[in-house]
Amino acid sequence: MRLANPFRTLLRRPSQGRRRWGDLAFRGIVTIGAGAVVGVLVAILWILWTGSSQSRAAFGLGIVTNPTWDITTNVFGLLPMIDGTLLTSAIALVLAVPIALGSSIFLTQLAPKALPSALKAALAQVVDLLAAIPSIVYGFWGLFVLVPYMRTTVDPGLRSAYDRLGNLVAPTVHAVSPGASAWAGTHSPFTGTIIGEDVLSASIVLAIMVIPTVAAISRDALAAVPIPQREAALALGATNWEATRRAVLPYARSGIFGASILGLGRALGETMAVTLVIGNGLAPPTSLFNSGSTLASLIATQFSESTGPLEYSVIIEAGLILLLITLGVNIVARAILWRFQSPGGAGGD
Amino acid sequence: MGARIRHGVNLTATVLAALTLVVVLIPLASILVTAFQRGEAALTSPGFFTESPANPCSPRAGTVCHYGGIAPALDGTLALVGLAALISVPIGLAAAIFVVEYGRDRPSARLITASADVLSGVPSIVAGLFIYTYMAANYPQIVFSALSGSLALSVLMIPIVTRTAEEALRTVPNSQREAAEALGITKWKATLRITLGAALPGIVTGVLLSVARAAGEAAPLLLTAFGNNLGFQGFTQPSDAIPLLVYDFATSPYQNWIALAWGAALTLIVIVLGLSILSRLVLARMARRLRGSA
Amino acid sequence: MDATKMAAVGLSASYGRGPAITDINLEFGPNSATAIIGPSGCGKSTFIRCLNRMHETAPRATVTGKVFLDGEDIYEQDPTAVRRRIGMVFQRPNPFATMTIFDNVAAALRFNGRHSREETDKIVYESLQAAALWEEVKDHLFAGATSLSGGQQQRLCIARALAAQPEVLLMDEPCSALDPISTAKVEDLIFTLKRTYTVIIVTHNMQQAARVADRTAFFYLGKLIEVNDTKEIFERPKEKLTEGYVSGRFG
Repeated sequence: MRLANPFRTLLRRPSQGRRRWGDLAFRGIVTIGAGAVVGVLVAILWILWTGSSQSRAAFGLGIVTNPTWDITTNVFGLLPMIDGTLLTSAIALVLAVPIALGSSIFLTQLAPKALPSALKAALAQVVDLLAAIPSIVYGFWGLFVLVPYMRTTVDPGLRSAYDRLGNLVAPTVHAVSPGASAWAGTHSPFTGTIIGEDVLSASIVLAIMVIPTVAAISRDALAAVPIPQREAALALGATNWEATRRAVLPYARSGIFGASILGLGRALGETMAVTLVIGNGLAPPTSLFNSGSTLASLIATQFSESTGPLEYSVIIEAGLILLLITLGVNIVARAILWRFQSPGGAGGD
Repeated sequence: MGARIRHGVNLTATVLAALTLVVVLIPLASILVTAFQRGEAALTSPGFFTESPANPCSPRAGTVCHYGGIAPALDGTLALVGLAALISVPIGLAAAIFVVEYGRDRPSARLITASADVLSGVPSIVAGLFIYTYMAANYPQIVFSALSGSLALSVLMIPIVTRTAEEALRTVPNSQREAAEALGITKWKATLRITLGAALPGIVTGVLLSVARAAGEAAPLLLTAFGNNLGFQGFTQPSDAIPLLVYDFATSPYQNWIALAWGAALTLIVIVLGLSILSRLVLARMARRLRGSA
Repeated sequence: MDATKMAAVGLSASYGRGPAITDINLEFGPNSATAIIGPSGCGKSTFIRCLNRMHETAPRATVTGKVFLDGEDIYEQDPTAVRRRIGMVFQRPNPFATMTIFDNVAAALRFNGRHSREETDKIVYESLQAAALWEEVKDHLFAGATSLSGGQQQRLCIARALAAQPEVLLMDEPCSALDPISTAKVEDLIFTLKRTYTVIIVTHNMQQAARVADRTAFFYLGKLIEVNDTKEIFERPKEKLTEGYVSGRFG
């Protein structure tokens, strides 16, 4: 016999219909939220595409190879800004990747056993905190600390070092190839008046800003290398460094590459820090000591001074080009990282 | 290669790697020290958080320069980021719930995740340009308004909230959902009260990170909130924000304004680093709490 | 068997790659315990998960056939309503990690309709008593559920299922993650519970089936091979396969 249950009658159960409506409504709400994420992305592309129609009609694809920005004649070319964007980001990456990777290798592979792991974890967290500092603060610091230092010390030093090196190798180069010698003489990357607010300063600020991104992701990639890979090398009598170079780095290669590309994506779109230290010249830079612009700094500075609907439209097209470049770079980075994060895809193949 | 040489190479590599770590930390130290040295005077002057900026002034014999305060910018940042959070947190959370609780590896779920990833790579200035262009075409009277600013910040916050909430929901063991389902608890109640509850620390982390990011952004606000030195005047009017104040005053020629900008930069650093550290603590707590469950 | 509380008729289910169980016909009487035994992979867990419509929550899962509860097909009803009448206890204890002991037991009441505080307190007390856990937790009802030991967590999950006032209790290898002492406590509990509920328990442990079950069903390769009174199954199996399994020759 079933024992009497004194509480059975107390149970009030909602009707079936109400329950089904609750689930249906909830599902509808979260679907709308999910759709909004895709919607925003599509809307950005659509709004920038339509907003730049006047500019595209006036200049066509030639806008990306046109070096002139002249408001008096209403000619707007974006070559100097595309140049500036790619140049500063490329230099930033060349500076940042070795430093970021070095710090990650130290923290995950080479740090002496005597270093407590809590300290290593704390150092890693401090590196990550660098990523949280706002761009505007980097720019402010760059303008008041880095730029004066570049102007008084680094820039003159670089120029004289380049010249001395040039004088040293010039006879040899001239003997081998007079053409190359002449080219190098007129194409020094360190010509022009030293002002400090220039392409090189912008590149260095960018490098500082992307280091935490590259360091954090390459650290994850290094930490994801199975310990037996490293132990196998150590068991063969390899030193720590040899095990890192021969076993760990090849394994983490694609993750490190993805980290670098993601860093590049961040550098390309960086605005405030660059705007404050690059000098915002609108002519194509011919030297690292020239002022310049990036697509992002162009939008930030020219937007409020824009003279008419055509210039607005050109600025919107600059935004569209910047968006397409960064999205392309980010998608490549995600594809690489996704491969290394997915199980079995970790190996450097 | 001789053993001695090999160990020499090992030592050199280790020292070089350690040096790169030092190089990474130098800018951080320099930024913190500079902001503190140059911003401390303004930050600790009376009225820093309650007054408007003082009139421009450069020290001359016989005059005393006041800094004033950053009250309008502080109010503006609170309002802008607050509204942006109100917009982006529900959207991001809904998207994450869709992906993890309803999507489960379906193409639609992957599309949302990929979109959030791509969205997180959109440069902040482009987010501002997008909202400006949209508002100029549809609501030209309020192009430069706090509302525009909040919308632009939302574009940046949505992907952060979505991805972190998604990660947090994924860490909730499936056995928790099964337990709820077996009790006949409806899916929406189980999701809101049990799954979200278990994922809450991770979600809070995501919200804190997105707020930290938005609070420090100047670029999108240049094109939307625009700046306003009268204090916060509602969401249909232009609004100031701390990062905007830093940008405007850092490039001004007046020493008291530059000092005030350093004070504001220091405030920003404290807010943003504080939020980042707080979010890490919350995350560490979650890891501890979930370890106990099967 | 005098009456039928629950019955599977022509029940087949799959996970997308070939059938997991095929054409199962099985009846369960009221106030009794039925054990389902068989080697791993024989479909016994799939079967029990079809009985409260949990199987269909898995990706690409399919179910055909009927499952009757009190003469009505549960596959024609709202699944959440079905699951309230048919409680389930899982292999591994899965208390709600973020809730207290009390809240875990009260979960079904809180989520499925409104109850006064007195009602809730009373049902929680009754359920913990019924799950033989009350004495152990009465002084820290508001501690986190994960502070309990594995065996206590499993009894908490039983209490949680009982608080929903089910008519049938499904147990999917409820002792497989427990130590021998906790196992003995849960088995004692099942012995008591079957006086009140229709208990259906999946187990890979034949001694356990022999101890707690009135009837036992033997599954092999997704098919029901034999079902009979437990004593008969173990002492006089009719099928060669059953005999081989219960005598320990395979599985």
